[in-house]
Amino acid sequence: MVSEDYTDRELMVTTAARELEDGETAFVGMRLPLIAFQVAVSTHAPNAMAVYESGVIRDAPADGFVHTMCDLPNLNRAVATTGMIDVMSRLQRGDIDVGFLGGAEIDRYGNLNTTRVAAGDREIRLPGSGGACDIACMADRTVLLMPHESRRFAEEVNYVTSPGYPADGNGRDDHPAPGGGPSALVTSKATFGFDERGELYLRTVHPGADVADVLAAFPWEVQTADDVGEGTVKTTSKPTDEEFELVRTFDPDGFWT
Amino acid sequence: MTANMEPLDVAVSRINAGSTIAAGLALEHAIPFAVGHELLRQGVGGLTVVGPISDLLFDQLIGGGAVSDVRAAWVGNVSARTGYRFREAAENGEVTVEDHSNFSIALALQAGAMGVPYLPTRSLLGSDIFEQNDRFTEATDPFDGEPLVLVPALKPDWAIVHAQRASPDGDAHLWGNTGIVEPAVGAAENVLVTAEEIVEPAVIKSDSSRVAITRDQVTSVVECPFGAHPSPVTGYYNRDNDYYLRYNRQTETANGFEDWASKWVYGVSGREEYATLVDTELEITEPTVAAEVQYGQ
Repeated sequence: MVSEDYTDRELMVTTAARELEDGETAFVGMRLPLIAFQVAVSTHAPNAMAVYESGVIRDAPADGFVHTMCDLPNLNRAVATTGMIDVMSRLQRGDIDVGFLGGAEIDRYGNLNTTRVAAGDREIRLPGSGGACDIACMADRTVLLMPHESRRFAEEVNYVTSPGYPADGNGRDDHPAPGGGPSALVTSKATFGFDERGELYLRTVHPGADVADVLAAFPWEVQTADDVGEGTVKTTSKPTDEEFELVRTFDPDGFWT
Repeated sequence: MTANMEPLDVAVSRINAGSTIAAGLALEHAIPFAVGHELLRQGVGGLTVVGPISDLLFDQLIGGGAVSDVRAAWVGNVSARTGYRFREAAENGEVTVEDHSNFSIALALQAGAMGVPYLPTRSLLGSDIFEQNDRFTEATDPFDGEPLVLVPALKPDWAIVHAQRASPDGDAHLWGNTGIVEPAVGAAENVLVTAEEIVEPAVIKSDSSRVAITRDQVTSVVECPFGAHPSPVTGYYNRDNDYYLRYNRQTETANGFEDWASKWVYGVSGREEYATLVDTELEITEPTVAAEVQYGQ
């Protein structure tokens, strides 16, 4: 099977794609989500729509590789090319089902930092929020993507660029932002859910990954599916041959994956 | 009142040191790089740059010493991630950075365009973008008691927009995604439009629904083919992806940036000469022609 040759990032893409349900509207950001939406709409979610913060709205994959959401293949034969006030207003109204976000740092409640990280006694400046804070505040749910590296998992993020859940254990109930908060974290080794209190728990490990190794990357004791009454930690489904072929079609040179 | 149709260097000479300029408003699309490079050649300094995400343009202006303040949601290199000139200047305190989200920048300009002092949003709540910026105020919705953030109006001195075509009077057609072009044009005191083509006013008036900017809003209009390279312009040219990756590798150090700028900015007299340095195939190879639209009476 060709799909045995998949890379970590290709598996992240196909796993994230499965988080989008048919008929939903997704807010799609930079990098891997650009590919994940195209896989989802080509497989199990043919009636999904994507909105991009630049004002692009699509219902089908781009006919050509996209480095950014404004590459001409992503604008060509789009459903609409409008502006940011339009798409952000849809988000603020509550019309966006799911947003995809990345981050440099995440804490146990799914708060993301893409603004500045501590490195010893100094700080490293990162690019910032873009639309991530808006999506994190206002999408019905968010799916987070991040390489599985211990430096990215923090008891407390250095800066809350994109809010997840508060540490009070009440999830989004008392949180001032109207959106639903993170529903999943997909890393290069595992997938995680968030329990009713808004705390991260391990849901699946990717084929070949070891639960103890996956958990050892965190500075806190991460809950597992077992702890939250969701059964045992399972193995993430591999990409199907179709998904694998699609990822390689949408990213032929492996630029993102 | 019509715009001044004039060469790029004349138009840019109207932008004073210390101005607040909004640019890169269509995000990764149609970024007015030609204006950015002319600002560097003319040594205009102390700029406050305003934008949503900035794909290279602000990094270049910062690297060239033109910027004192950044008010933006994201600054870097979208396909290569880090903008090293921004990162180093922010870390060393050479520029001050006011962090926004895309929507808070959009709303600040929209408020400016609408002539209201602020607009409310349900974004930013619970983030450090709100907590660490005194410009934002938390408020309670007087009707239903829900929490809101008030985003104060922002009125830049200049909005800089690259358009597909404009008339000599300054009316401009834009197509493709527009990001926050309209709110920024509405909010700004002055607008500089660079256009791939200057066309007869009758061409613009034949398709009024495509007009995004009108002459009364525009101070200067400049014919500037290839003015957005390396960013893409719908209907004209694709994104020069390799350029972004090369820039990322070349400008990791200040010396590397100087070498880059000595070729691409200071080594050319203007955009015409700049275009001779680019040998990448960027043409539209699969044009999509819109169905004919009929107006009339």
